[in-house]
Amino acid sequence: MTARIGVVTFPGSLDDRDARRAVRHAGAEAVELWHADASLRGVDAVILPGGFSYGDYLRCGAIARFAPVMGEIIPAAGRGLPVLGICNGFQILCEAHLLPGALTRNAARRFVNRDVRIRIENAASAWTSGYQPEQELTVVLKSGEGAYMADPATLAELEAHGQILCRYADGNPNGSVADIAGIVSEAGNVAGLMPHPEHAVETLTGPSADGLTFFTSVLQAVALA
Amino acid sequence: MTSQQTSARADAAGASPVPPDTVVDAQATPGRTQPYAALGLTADEYERVRAVIGRRPTDAELAIYSVMWSEHCSYKSSRRHLRQFADKAPATDVLLAGMGQNAGVVDIGQGYAVTFKIESHNHPSYVEPYQGAATGVGGIVRDILAMGARPIAVMDALRFGPADAPDTHRVLPGVVGGISFYGNCLGLPNIGGELAFDPCYLGNPLVNALCVGVLRHEDLKLAAAKGPGNQVILLGSRTGPDGIGGASVLASASFGGAGEGAKRPSVQVGDPFMEKLLVECCLELYAAGLVVGVQDLGAAGVACATTELSAGGGTGMRVSLDRVPLRDASLGPAEILMSESQERMMAIVRPADVAPFLAICAKWDVPATVIGDVTDTGRLEMTWHGALVVDIPPGSAADEGPVYDRPVRRPRSQDALISDDPDRLARPSDGAELRADLLLLLGSADGGDKSWVTEQYDCYVRGDTVLATPHDAGLLRIDEATGLGVALATDGNGRYCHLDPYAGTQLALAEAYRNVAASGARPLAVTNCLNFGSPEDPAVMWQFTEAVRGLADGCQQLRVPVTGGNVSFYNQTGSAAIRPTPVVGVLGVHDDVRRRLPSGFSVPDASILLLGETRPEFGGSLWAWLRHGHVGGGPPEVDLQAEQSLAEVLVAAGAQELLLAAHDLSDGGLGLALAEACVAGRCGCVVTLPGDAATFLFSESAARAVVLVRPSAEASFARLCAASGVPATELGRTGGEVLEVAGKFSVPLAELASVHRSALAALFG
Repeated sequence: MTARIGVVTFPGSLDDRDARRAVRHAGAEAVELWHADASLRGVDAVILPGGFSYGDYLRCGAIARFAPVMGEIIPAAGRGLPVLGICNGFQILCEAHLLPGALTRNAARRFVNRDVRIRIENAASAWTSGYQPEQELTVVLKSGEGAYMADPATLAELEAHGQILCRYADGNPNGSVADIAGIVSEAGNVAGLMPHPEHAVETLTGPSADGLTFFTSVLQAVALA
Repeated sequence: MTSQQTSARADAAGASPVPPDTVVDAQATPGRTQPYAALGLTADEYERVRAVIGRRPTDAELAIYSVMWSEHCSYKSSRRHLRQFADKAPATDVLLAGMGQNAGVVDIGQGYAVTFKIESHNHPSYVEPYQGAATGVGGIVRDILAMGARPIAVMDALRFGPADAPDTHRVLPGVVGGISFYGNCLGLPNIGGELAFDPCYLGNPLVNALCVGVLRHEDLKLAAAKGPGNQVILLGSRTGPDGIGGASVLASASFGGAGEGAKRPSVQVGDPFMEKLLVECCLELYAAGLVVGVQDLGAAGVACATTELSAGGGTGMRVSLDRVPLRDASLGPAEILMSESQERMMAIVRPADVAPFLAICAKWDVPATVIGDVTDTGRLEMTWHGALVVDIPPGSAADEGPVYDRPVRRPRSQDALISDDPDRLARPSDGAELRADLLLLLGSADGGDKSWVTEQYDCYVRGDTVLATPHDAGLLRIDEATGLGVALATDGNGRYCHLDPYAGTQLALAEAYRNVAASGARPLAVTNCLNFGSPEDPAVMWQFTEAVRGLADGCQQLRVPVTGGNVSFYNQTGSAAIRPTPVVGVLGVHDDVRRRLPSGFSVPDASILLLGETRPEFGGSLWAWLRHGHVGGGPPEVDLQAEQSLAEVLVAAGAQELLLAAHDLSDGGLGLALAEACVAGRCGCVVTLPGDAATFLFSESAARAVVLVRPSAEASFARLCAASGVPATELGRTGGEVLEVAGKFSVPLAELASVHRSALAALFG
């Protein structure tokens, strides 16, 4: 049976179409989820895509966090539903307290669009099980508020529980603490990534196809569940 | 902040609404003095308005005519010259909609069409760089949306004063930040453009924004209010006092003066989030078949949309201006008509479709209001709380504005400029001098890496970007199954056009055409943004007429029709005009983007060929400008036949997969092109120049490209070049970690890359 992966569209979501394409490239069915519908349509996993949900007004992700669809996602994530937030999606997960810490303005105070190298630190999560530990990937980073921040106690906990999913491997492009590019919940099902793996699923339109494994990894997690 | 501004404005204007000037008032007070001159109308134009209406105009009518007959909206100085684009248009069956529409629409096959247009936002971007540039993007995106298309990418052609000038450090980061903010937030990839510097742009930066959209043939929408009884719906942002400097003139002159507090910002403020919602909302409305006609609101706002829609439909329209949702309750009818508030569209909707139309708007949280209906009277009538304030034939404002035949005179200084031959300039003679000059070009703001700018733009969103900066053209995938795609390039060269506006404009056309072909795409159609000084200066009009004639003749010869464009006059400070700077955009179709040609050398041990003929041509060249501060002589010779042959070779070689890379030669000549190809592909090369080294490295002879040939395809490619009559000269091979010009000099790749990146990074941090 084909896995069904939901991709949420908020007003201002931009990379929702790309996330759906990545899901299809991975061999799953992409299911459109609408922010105003309090329904997950029975999907096996959810992606919160990049963009500027609600215009990033107030604070990135701060309004999206209260969308009706999030009222379904938050408890489902607690029950083990795989959830991946990319860029704005990562910001939403932090605002929803599904992940600790926050994303702040880039150190250079400018939007940065760049191909970056990241290193997989945790290859056991629902979204990274297809990678090797310490495997390096080339993916796209494109964000204005991508600097991950957390207090020292939180950082120590993230380190201790293997919750640092990946780090920038070739220079820190935005001032993220400890070069953190992505983190994962302690249970390993909720992941947040500042870079965009969905823009690295085919070499024709991306810098590599290295990102595809995030989407194939979750199919395995879903099959095992 | 908005609410503070609003309340300040309300205080200044006084609490009670001002009684409007009605048609009855106008009939009763035929002799009232009106501030037509402050609104930009001449005495003759004002008399003409009176003659058209048969009485003095009301304030609201005067507002309509003053904006619709402005240079910006009426093209009154350029119109008679622009006719050449139609008169000389090559016979073509690719145009589904041409000049005069919001944007031209081109058939690219497989049932798809694309629409594209470039437009200037020069003056607002100087006054307030961030919002000026941002709203420039917003405006051109709505033009594309109004054709029924989904906007899929943007490009920007930018020109600033010297890169090290203090004011450039105010203007450039603001402009780039505004484009980044608006375009990124809309989810449109920025796939290319230009960045150039010259002292002539110091007080007159050029910010030209291009948008391209895609639609199915049957989805084409036109700006026509058809069907009496149909409803007129305004959707998008509420209307506020944005960009209505003219209306405040009207307000203070005719209403006894509201003082300085009533002065409105002349630059609009953009809300890309609302624009994103408006895009998605309109596309859903189109798909549901709920839209009879549609028009975007740009310059001249409601005045423009209502007159153009009713003139386009050959109908009339009745509008209740008091129904327009306002952000500032103190606005009167004239101000509402002239407001340039962003993120608004106007749609014509059948009465039975109004409810489902409003339901889709509600889904996207887009405010939408029925403000009137289509009539069969042939009159545009507007009321304000029941009182008639506008009653005019809409075509008189939209299509029948004044047309001027401005005096044209070739400036006397032109002869001296052309006889100042660059042959007198000292050329680099030995290896060390050649090397130094190459690094001078490579490390300049004009010749260097543009990633300080382009890293602020999202080029990946939508996932269909196959090529973007620094490649020669932007290339987008349109159909995932077939690989059908479109390529776009914009080019312009103020130095060439300064020396010879006719040839310079053809060179801009040729370069964009060549850039598109260098990606493997077949050039198909042209858009243009003509940036000039004041049309009231006969010398500027001479430049303008020569440029238009050059472009029309060039398009005729290359058999690519002009689909639309934009004229920006008055780019001057005092009596000093910018160099004439027509920017030409060329769109091409790529049969299979999987066979795209990148510009970088990334494969070692392949043969490098120079295509085309190299002559000692330094007039207006980047080398003469940067090394000697010289702009003189004639620009490079134009040979459009050679351009066509070169493009045929590149497109055929791309389709047959004979090439690994192709890079067009333009500013900076072969030297800069080789250095760029090495840096982009991270591979060195060794070349032997077949003649005078300075000429081969820095001359800017047109109709040339450098290509990297697939090792197994050398013989086939040689045959292809011979059959098309394109000279092909073997220069050397790729490989190694240096760019070496045999017998002259070499530069390590790492040094090339660091010099290439140095200029903008050092200047802007």
